[in-house]
Amino acid sequence: MLILECPYCGVKAEETELHAGGEAHLKRFGPGSSDDEFHDYLFMRENPKGVHFERWRHVNGCGKWFHAARCTTTLEVFGTYTAQTSAPPQEIRDAITAKRPGWSWREFE
Amino acid sequence: MSDPLSALAGARYAGLATIEEAGLQGMITLRGDLSSKTLQKAVKAATGAAVPQTRRIAVSDTGAVAWMSPDELLLLVPYAEVVDKTAALTDALSGDHALAVNISDARAVFTLSGAGAREVLGKICPVDFDVSAFKPGDFRRTRMAQVAAAFWLDEAETFHIVCFRSVAQYVFNLLMASAHPQSKVGVY
Ligand SMILES: [Zn+2]
Repeated sequence: MLILECPYCGVKAEETELHAGGEAHLKRFGPGSSDDEFHDYLFMRENPKGVHFERWRHVNGCGKWFHAARCTTTLEVFGTYTAQTSAPPQEIRDAITAKRPGWSWREFE
Repeated sequence: MSDPLSALAGARYAGLATIEEAGLQGMITLRGDLSSKTLQKAVKAATGAAVPQTRRIAVSDTGAVAWMSPDELLLLVPYAEVVDKTAALTDALSGDHALAVNISDARAVFTLSGAGAREVLGKICPVDFDVSAFKPGDFRRTRMAQVAAAFWLDEAETFHIVCFRSVAQYVFNLLMASAHPQSKVGVY
């Protein structure tokens, strides 16, 4: 069972109170972008064994979207953070580094 | 105008805890900037209570205010006054980016009381109902089996449950099953 703390209401919500929103920090490529950029934006996703960043929504709660950093192999949660950011905040990166030195995910490390 | 009716006309069941449909309750959803002085003043004028802390409910003699999300409150007022109070809120907040909507007839309210109340809810919600974890004045939105619900606990250890009116019968049946006299677990 995955338990994530909603950064908005502070509830330690178990999975059934949440809705998974897929990969975090995607940059949208819409009108004016190349076919390749649009293709990658639509279809290319990370599928890591280890550190991963996701979007979640506290759907049966305060209703807000947030971000979570967790490990896909151990289900360990490194932290959750606001949706109002396009990159993982430093304290989340530090928390991951403490547990998984040398980690990297897309352009983040 | 036709007579207003609550969802289940005061349906009642007594088992491990007593479940009662609470009848007509004035309810206003208010969205806006909860730190706005104008909004705080309007909320106080409508309910007699102040904007509560996160996941809490503030109760007064004439109403109550519950924290729904970082930008949403649920205001409880007497049913007969809800139309006027919604209009007054809209008026007071005309200069703010805010929205007040009367949702009284879109919701159903239940009370759940008695020694088994914590256990009855504990079976159907992913929430810790230990006395040290869920206290009077706490307000929680969550999942009640298959539907969304919200509830708070008052000083008399009675839970007040709000759900969508369309699922009122489902919620009542669910609470009855959870309060079945032969289903005691005895955790709380
Ligand atoms: Zn939340």
